Amino acid sequence: MRYLVENRALDIDTSFSEQVKAESGADIDRCYQCLTCSLGCPSAFAMDYLPHQIVRMVQLGLREQVLTSATIWVCADCQACATRCPNEVDIVKMMDALREISLREGLAKERGVAAFHRIFLGNIERFGRQHELSLILMLKLKTRDLFSDVPSGMKMFLKGKLNLLPKRFKEIGKVRDIFRGAGK
Amino acid sequence: MTQQKASSLRYAYYPGCSLEATAREYDLSVRAVCARLGIELTEIPDWNCCGASSGHSTSRRLASNLAGRNLMLAEEMGMDIAVACPACYIRLRSAQNEMKQDKEQRDELMRMTGLSYQAEYDTRHLLDIICHEIGFENLKSKVVKPLKGLKLAAYYGCYLVRPPGLVAFDDPENPQCLDALLDTLGAEVRDWSGKVDCCGGSLSLSKRDIAIRMVSELVEMARQAGAEALVAACPLCHANLEMRQPGYNGNKLPVFYFTELIGLAMGIAEARSWFKKHLISPSGLLNSLGL
Repeated sequence: MRYLVENRALDIDTSFSEQVKAESGADIDRCYQCLTCSLGCPSAFAMDYLPHQIVRMVQLGLREQVLTSATIWVCADCQACATRCPNEVDIVKMMDALREISLREGLAKERGVAAFHRIFLGNIERFGRQHELSLILMLKLKTRDLFSDVPSGMKMFLKGKLNLLPKRFKEIGKVRDIFRGAGK
Repeated sequence: MTQQKASSLRYAYYPGCSLEATAREYDLSVRAVCARLGIELTEIPDWNCCGASSGHSTSRRLASNLAGRNLMLAEEMGMDIAVACPACYIRLRSAQNEMKQDKEQRDELMRMTGLSYQAEYDTRHLLDIICHEIGFENLKSKVVKPLKGLKLAAYYGCYLVRPPGLVAFDDPENPQCLDALLDTLGAEVRDWSGKVDCCGGSLSLSKRDIAIRMVSELVEMARQAGAEALVAACPLCHANLEMRQPGYNGNKLPVFYFTELIGLAMGIAEARSWFKKHLISPSGLLNSLGL
């Protein structure tokens, strides 16, 4: 496996697997590398490490490789892996925890996906609900990908499917308290 | 008896953000169809976004509390919740479980919102409610225009069936209720192997190329099974399957919301106006079948 043949000394963080277990509640030690998760993963083709490899890397304490991997951001959150795991390893919760740690430590490599999450949550904090038009526009500006979706975006707008303004929301203060309470 | 049961179906309705914008036709068809089926929906006042993937991908606590506020608002109304969007559905159900188990978190959110929560009510998806509370026999009696000749692939996607410990009202690998529902409406339902494969909706905006490949594979499978259209119950799948489907207009597979087809089969006149909002127009297909 790739991470074992890399021609350099790897930093091992022996506390990493304990941290991931504590933050995710997933019992990663139960994995016996049967590969069911990776075989059924619909976005595996775009990953740098396959899901079963990520589980093993967490067990081994390869903190940096895991937290800077593309895999954790390319995961489409479809839940197939955890549903099919014969030993009930909750890979979905593990991926969530890995993304959370990766963002917290500024290690997220897939800037586009991380930016998407930030803008998405920023909009909820501002408006209480998602405002799809500003979400799309801000993401396009942030990733400097201005023109790829113009035709379908225009079509949606003309069909009245993208509101110009966000809906009025009453208790926005309470939603902002929820964000503050989560340290956001 | 059935009549009596149907008239007592009252739910706190959680539309979710997409249904106010890109999935407006889903919201319109949900409201119209529920009214005709005797399901009384009252929108949860001042509901907030459930946080979706971005919430739980970045903070478990944030995700749980954002969804939790909606549960509390609904509990004040004293009704089970009916959700249209499977992504919201799984977030609300997940928060429902967490708040049942984690008293500390529940107390924290009660302090923040000034609302109380006893976890007395359930969160259900509209597909579940229509299949299991209304039932196929009852639905069949309301069909005035059977969808004869319409060849469909029922697409369940992820969150209606996974993870089974959290959401299961159907089989996680080979669900049947949407197939049975479309069969009740008189359509020709094609069996296919893509019904629970992910379409990549959560990556549709941030990782376009990946979503395009995932959608292409699904559409190809549906086509090979002989389907002329897909049927979804999720606004994110619907948008992704329409926006990321390769091909040119005219050879793309239209994508319906299941509620739109119920409306069409029940002879609801506005149905035509819902289809006008689609990016891939189903009019050609429907006209060719006289529907």
